[in-house]
Amino acid sequence: MFTAKDFKSDQYVRFCPGCGDHAVVNSLQKAMAELGIAPHQTVVISGIGCSSRMPHYLSTYGFNTIHGRGAAIATGVKTSHPELTVWQMSGDGDCLAIGGNHFIHSLRRNVNLNIVLFNNQIYGLTKGQYSPTSKKGFVSKSSPYGTVERPFRPAELVFGARGTFFARALDVDIQTTVSSMVAAAKHKGAALVECLVNCIIFNNGAHGWIADKEHRADRMIVLEHGKPMIFGAERNKGLVLNGWNLKAVTIGENGITEKDILVHDAHCADDTLHKKLALMEGPELPIAMGVIRDVEEESYDEAVNRQIAEVQEKSKIHCFDDLVASCEKWEM
Amino acid sequence: MDTKTSITALDNVVVRFSGDSGDGMQLTGTLFSNLSAILGNEISTFPDFPAEIRAPQGTLGGVSGFQVHLGSSKVYTPGDQADVLVAMNPAALKVNAKSIKKMGVVIIDTDSFEKQDLEKAQFKTDNPFEELGLSDTVQIIPVPLTQLTKDSLADFGMDNKSVIRSKNMFALGVVCWLFNRPIDQAIHFLGNKFGKKPDLLKANVKVLTDGYNYGNNLHLNISTFVIDKSHSMPKGTYTSINGNKATAWGLIAAAEKAGLKLFLGSYPITPATDIMQELALRKDVGAMVVQVEDEISGVCTAIGAAFAGCLAATSTSGPGLSLKSEAIGLTTMAELPLVVIDVMRGGPSTGMPTKTEQTDLLQAIYGRNGESPIVVIAASSPADCFEFTYMASKIALEHMTPVILLSDTFLANGSSLWKLPKLADMPAITPHMVPAELKGTYNVAKRDENTKIRYWAIPGMEGFEHRNMGLERDNQTGSISTQPANHAIMTENRAQKIKNIIEVIPDVTVEGCADDAELLIVGWGSTKGHLMSAMTNLNAQGHKIALAHFNYIAPLPKNTADVLHKYPKVVVCELNTGQFATYLRSQVENVHLYQCNKVEGQPFNVSELEANFLEIINK
Repeated sequence: MFTAKDFKSDQYVRFCPGCGDHAVVNSLQKAMAELGIAPHQTVVISGIGCSSRMPHYLSTYGFNTIHGRGAAIATGVKTSHPELTVWQMSGDGDCLAIGGNHFIHSLRRNVNLNIVLFNNQIYGLTKGQYSPTSKKGFVSKSSPYGTVERPFRPAELVFGARGTFFARALDVDIQTTVSSMVAAAKHKGAALVECLVNCIIFNNGAHGWIADKEHRADRMIVLEHGKPMIFGAERNKGLVLNGWNLKAVTIGENGITEKDILVHDAHCADDTLHKKLALMEGPELPIAMGVIRDVEEESYDEAVNRQIAEVQEKSKIHCFDDLVASCEKWEM
Repeated sequence: MDTKTSITALDNVVVRFSGDSGDGMQLTGTLFSNLSAILGNEISTFPDFPAEIRAPQGTLGGVSGFQVHLGSSKVYTPGDQADVLVAMNPAALKVNAKSIKKMGVVIIDTDSFEKQDLEKAQFKTDNPFEELGLSDTVQIIPVPLTQLTKDSLADFGMDNKSVIRSKNMFALGVVCWLFNRPIDQAIHFLGNKFGKKPDLLKANVKVLTDGYNYGNNLHLNISTFVIDKSHSMPKGTYTSINGNKATAWGLIAAAEKAGLKLFLGSYPITPATDIMQELALRKDVGAMVVQVEDEISGVCTAIGAAFAGCLAATSTSGPGLSLKSEAIGLTTMAELPLVVIDVMRGGPSTGMPTKTEQTDLLQAIYGRNGESPIVVIAASSPADCFEFTYMASKIALEHMTPVILLSDTFLANGSSLWKLPKLADMPAITPHMVPAELKGTYNVAKRDENTKIRYWAIPGMEGFEHRNMGLERDNQTGSISTQPANHAIMTENRAQKIKNIIEVIPDVTVEGCADDAELLIVGWGSTKGHLMSAMTNLNAQGHKIALAHFNYIAPLPKNTADVLHKYPKVVVCELNTGQFATYLRSQVENVHLYQCNKVEGQPFNVSELEANFLEIINK
């Protein structure tokens, strides 16, 4: 049995005061304790950025590598040693800009990684440039007149890459963050948890619409597999299908009863509804949180090791000397 | 009636097979080389093919060649000019016209020398030999290969395309006759290749046999050849191996000797791809290969595997090495073992992907940001790619450093004889694992204070949890540090660790007239055979020349300065514009070096080297 303290390193946490990353470190340590996997069996890989400092604050094996390459390095760790639990910490710049190629391919291959994407819609460590998730028109040091770029929506990349797991959580919502991380770790295959993180210095309030405590319950919905999609401070709002689209309704109004509300099926192989849920935006619809997609498929690391074992089982060649003996040879 | 007018005994001979890239010249050449090797000859081969998989038929750009040098002694190179050329079409004849020895034998497929074939090869007349000035200087064996192959397979019920594709076997049959090679062994090889396709096997054997008999029944006034068995090779069991396969097998041997899993992260790139493909096939010995999304991922997956405790490697060529630079720097900082194989090709940029060059040397030694010394080793024959890959792995694992192994197109695709090793006879590999007593106090900065080698602890080991990184770390605590004095200490630790490797690498040996040479030839990597041949030839003429050939490039062997200072004249020969010479000038004080350079995408010719050396001697 472990507690969150067992996963704290001796390093002083150097995130800015008020940064959302503080909450995510705490959530991750709680999730690790809940999972009960020992620090020496756990590896945390990161690239570069504020979020990539994370390994230093954990008592596990850690590797703070180079910008954007976390997914590739984590793939090497996990594929060669599938018995280890491997986490990857990344940000919207590290993961979706410089590391975009490795990111989509680790999802496509379904490497059994638990990826936490800290999405604060800004480059924080380089002091405030727009990122691939910054909203169009966003003013930053590198976009003084507003960006003219269309942002990525991470969920679309995950589904486009045939990802098998997608969850979302808000930094300050510790409960959903921890449960999403635990579910990601238990998922066999590449699991992405998009953490909506506030950068208090360069992009304060980016997620303010849902971070606002007063209205949060009405503006976000925490999805749970097998449960009706109900939300709201008074738990009287729900989601229904209206033609091809999702619609928020109030139970008790216009003859709507709880029976009319959609029930979340995170295990459905077809990702159409998962995508609809993941892309919901206010003010008409709540932002979806929790585990949106969780579909079981053989992971890459498992398949690679299985194939090697199968070949070894059948082969007459077991070692280097056997290999040499098997080649066309002659005496001189 | 005896149809053979005479038999000439030769010490060595060069045969070149040349045709369209779809004519099967690589297979024909390989079979003939292996056949010769089994009969006791030394061999050295060089395939030379275009980047196009199937260039337009019959055109100059589509010519694919395979040259083999076989002999009874001292076969160091695939040879300069051919004694025998097999030209499957006029384009092949034209491309190779300058590479035929005086009075050499040219076998042509007369069925492919029709008017339209000559036009495709841009001949202006209907006499290509005269046009090339060869009419009086070569001996032609005209063979209607296409028709004879059709006749040979008339009863096989095969489609026309498959029949024509078999004509390379007819040519091989004729060549076997020309060299008095019994074809039983060739038939055995074909059995190995086509065993699973009995119809195809039968057809190939039939055409090969008919080709041999055709030669036997030719009433030609041409001498056939015999080449004596080699007596200069150490006794033992041999095979013929190309550089890429030898490289892949070197990794397999090293991983098993070290008791570690073998991991290769790679991305397809000419001419290195065969290393990945060979290892992908070798799951039987546990080799794990991941073919990833790009070159950067190739090296980064390997770094991940190294962090987790594997013998990890990545294979690439020049453009890929450029992409991997930052990650190799991470490995230098993280002090992890990693083998980076760079099979050099013609550059810069995409350059000439199927051609050979030694132009990545300075990139390998210096091509990273910051002070980031690493180890660079170069192989010098197809077979010794095995030995030097093994040594690269050993140094990486024992000294906790990335090692770049340089090979090139010439080594990768060429083959030479390889004396089969036993794993038990190979030097031990002892990875630099952390001692048990550091449990609980270990961090990423912990190292052996004498050798400066960092201790390796890998995930799964309880009590050794640590954080590694690309950031500078405190030399005691292993935590992130930007403290000025600490950075100087860490820079020195990393440099000293590499310098100390001088103690475990062998001195560079001097061959030839080591005591009294008037000229020392200096080379590195794949040019060894050519330099050795040139030296041997000139010494046989009474000159006094020595050769110092380098495999260990960074760090340089201990005796490098002494060797360079010992001789009145020193010439550095390399297939670039002078990179090793530049490096030597920076590492050894007061040296005057002549240079002999070639950047044509082709290996040296022995004759051009000899001319160059004589000029320097006579200066």
